[in-house]
Amino acid sequence: MTRTVLEVRDVQKSFGAVTAAKDISVAVPEGAVFSLIGSNGAGKTTFVNMVTGYIKPDSGSIRFADRDIAGMAPRQITRMGIHRSFQIAQLCNDLTVEENMLLAGAIHGASGPSFLRRAHDPEARDRAVATLERFNIAEHRDRLVPELSGGVKKLLDIAMAMAGDTQIMLLDEPTSGVASDEKFPIMDLVMEALRSTGVTVIFVEHDMDIVTRYSERVLAFYDGRIIADDAPDEVLLDPEVQRYVTGTPA
Amino acid sequence: MRSKLFLGATAAFAVLAAGSVILPDWAMFLCAMALAKGLVCLGIVGMMRGGVVSFGQGLYYCIGAYTATLVANSFGVSDIFLLTLLSALACLLVGMAFGPLLSSYRGIFFAMLSLALSMVLYGSLSKMSVIGGTDGLNIAAPTFLGWAPEGRPLQTALYIYVVAIVVIAGTLMRIYFDSEQGLITLATRDNELRVEYLGASVRNIMTYNYVFGAVLGGIGGTIAALALGHVDPEFAFWTTSGEFVFVAILAGYLSVPAVFVAAIILELVRSFSNLYFPNTWQLALGIFLLVVIVLLPNGLGSLVGRRKGNAA
Amino acid sequence: MDLVATILVDGLIYAGWLFIVSVGLTLVFGVLNILNIAHGSLYAIGAYASASLVGAYFAAGGQAFPYGSYVALILAAVLVALVLGPLLERGLLRFFYGRDEVLNVLVTYAVFLILEDVMKLIWGVNPYFVYEPYTLLGDVEIGPLFYVGYDFAVIAAAIVVGLAVWLTLNRTRIGKVVLAVIHDSEMSQTMGVNVQRIYLGAFMAGTFLAALGGALTAPMISVTPGLGVNVIIVAFAVVIIGGLGSVPGAAIGALLVGISRAASVHLLPEAELFIIYFVMAIVLLFRPEGLFAKTQVRKI
Ligand SMILES: Nc1ncnc2c1ncn2[C@@H]1O[C@H](COP(=O)(O)OP(=O)(O)OP(=O)(O)O)[C@@H](O)[C@H]1O
Ligand SMILES: [Mg+2]
Repeated sequence: MTRTVLEVRDVQKSFGAVTAAKDISVAVPEGAVFSLIGSNGAGKTTFVNMVTGYIKPDSGSIRFADRDIAGMAPRQITRMGIHRSFQIAQLCNDLTVEENMLLAGAIHGASGPSFLRRAHDPEARDRAVATLERFNIAEHRDRLVPELSGGVKKLLDIAMAMAGDTQIMLLDEPTSGVASDEKFPIMDLVMEALRSTGVTVIFVEHDMDIVTRYSERVLAFYDGRIIADDAPDEVLLDPEVQRYVTGTPA
Repeated sequence: MRSKLFLGATAAFAVLAAGSVILPDWAMFLCAMALAKGLVCLGIVGMMRGGVVSFGQGLYYCIGAYTATLVANSFGVSDIFLLTLLSALACLLVGMAFGPLLSSYRGIFFAMLSLALSMVLYGSLSKMSVIGGTDGLNIAAPTFLGWAPEGRPLQTALYIYVVAIVVIAGTLMRIYFDSEQGLITLATRDNELRVEYLGASVRNIMTYNYVFGAVLGGIGGTIAALALGHVDPEFAFWTTSGEFVFVAILAGYLSVPAVFVAAIILELVRSFSNLYFPNTWQLALGIFLLVVIVLLPNGLGSLVGRRKGNAA
Repeated sequence: MDLVATILVDGLIYAGWLFIVSVGLTLVFGVLNILNIAHGSLYAIGAYASASLVGAYFAAGGQAFPYGSYVALILAAVLVALVLGPLLERGLLRFFYGRDEVLNVLVTYAVFLILEDVMKLIWGVNPYFVYEPYTLLGDVEIGPLFYVGYDFAVIAAAIVVGLAVWLTLNRTRIGKVVLAVIHDSEMSQTMGVNVQRIYLGAFMAGTFLAALGGALTAPMISVTPGLGVNVIIVAFAVVIIGGLGSVPGAAIGALLVGISRAASVHLLPEAELFIIYFVMAIVLLFRPEGLFAKTQVRKI
């Protein structure tokens, strides 16, 4: 029996009349790979936002490392080891790919960011480039973000999120905006990098092939609720899921 | 890399210091004032790198100037080093008080709140007749570690002093801009969300930049007060701050030397326009500002710097 | 008791003035998304224009019908709006729509600098006095207190302005279009709204309101260079207390600031200079976007 790293209990969130989360309860075991599915507006991103501190739940608790992290700032939650990537890659457009990576490295560096140490320190650059190489995007290192393709942006976004000590990684649609023939290679790259460190992964995904291939458990969202929570094969056979999420009887 | 920076700093010092031999009195005074104000503008540039512009940097220019003057007049302190240090300290404290408050504001909020703060100081000083009201106060010529020069030697000493401070402050700021914290500042300007999600505090970064700006403003104000021999509430007036903003925009945030070049350009243009168009200085400044915004959006620094972060 | 009444009346008078000078600022921000620092200059120009026009009116024998000077006051504001509104919006601001907020502040700041000197070129640096419209309405006695009737005219003007703006926005077709543009200008454009016209109209309305503020104030003060800067700072404070872009917000902000300032003048005169910022700080502490602003979490 593995330990539960993240326990979300009875979380509610509404935006005016829209209920984005209703009675959300999930327990995520350490090292597990979860996926979140659901149609547009179902509440997947809201879930990620609440766990990572961007949105404070109206009620309910989110326990991690023996603390209720609901409502803590993203910065604090990040420092505790919950990292995330974004549905729309969040990068610094005026910086090069390498500088974006240097930024992540500088913040996560052992001694904290320094006022004196050069950001472009050769050692730091080597480290940044090594990370970029791990994600196969080192060739773009000197390019500015707006020049990059969607896939490269996504990978850079994830690579930055992975800097530092990660215990839980939430990936919000890692393959959206990526050409379809690149989806599997990208997921392979990312999952390999994550598995090698034993990180717990929760990813949001619309592509059911990816869901079945990479996750061991699926949470299906509909209208702010979790309508199914099981192994991929089971969830995809659920009639409610077929009706509201996948849209086709299997 | 660093050695190049120190070489550049030494060269800058040599060139600027040579001015003390070559320049006539009026030009040396003009340069000293320009460099002192350039220090204030360097502080604004530091904030601009993080994406905010202070429209009220006259606040610290004025606090620095008045601190030096009040200390000099009440305690008979005339040593320029001590006066500079005390003013910098005063501004450090005020900056540390306001910095955290202002650090959660951006854009127009930051600009207008900083302007409001400076205008409150202006209003208060204007009403405080014990310290001269709108007339302000005089401050005696400074001494340099016991040496009390007069006439041209005094001017020269003051000029060399400001040159030295400018070179030191410029070098330190360049080191900061190129540092890891400096990179975080640039990233903040771009995407705060990403910076927070990497685990850095945007508010802290904004506070640092604000406090550095405050200290630089105070040092600039002290030197200007000593050079002029007089302070008055105009130091905190919006027109004064407006000129600082202008210099910062003209210089852009890519290059440190550009700030001082821009400051000298402004002082030159001002002294000529005072001669020929005495009543249209703001007008000229406004038009010039529009021209810079349209034609040179990244400032003078973009003419020399290859890329941000790497420019000398 | 008297003190409370005095504070309330003084506060209302000041609030009326504040509302007039700030409602245009918030309107322009709501529609154009530009914080117009030159709003302060437009106020000052309104003051000068009205001083000149009223002066001219009396010079041309207006004594026979002194109330005509009020028409001259308002006419001055209309003139300023007709001349400077299109000039600034079409000639300059439209090139900066959608650009960075701070850049736009710098642009209007540049305009502010320019206009400060333009005023000196046109009207010189000597003060203008036009006290006639101020004394014309006589005094008003409230219990033991005396007030100048004109002060109440300012309150009335503020109410008229507020109602007019509110009715135009909420009860007319064009107003609904403006509200749609405030809400989402891109969307409105795709739905066939001529956004350019709305921008021009809103900017002219804002200019008129700024100039009207100045025009109404001119009889109460000596019109001198440098009026603009304090106005923009105070108006900005009012507008952010209420929430940028919100007309009801500007009204509430004006009332809050007006009454607090009157209270401070009577109870703690030393604090007069700071009271506005104090109110602003308190409000922003609890509502960082101001009282009436829609606080929106950006979707990510
Ligand atoms: N910041 C916000 N303000 C207002 N409403 C929001 C906000 N964030 C989300 N919502 C609403 O909450 C609901 C859930 O949105 P969410 O982004 O979680 O959906 P999602 O499952 O991630 O959808 P998608 O697949 O489109 O990304 C939607 O109706 C959305 O409009
Ligand atoms: Mg989503």
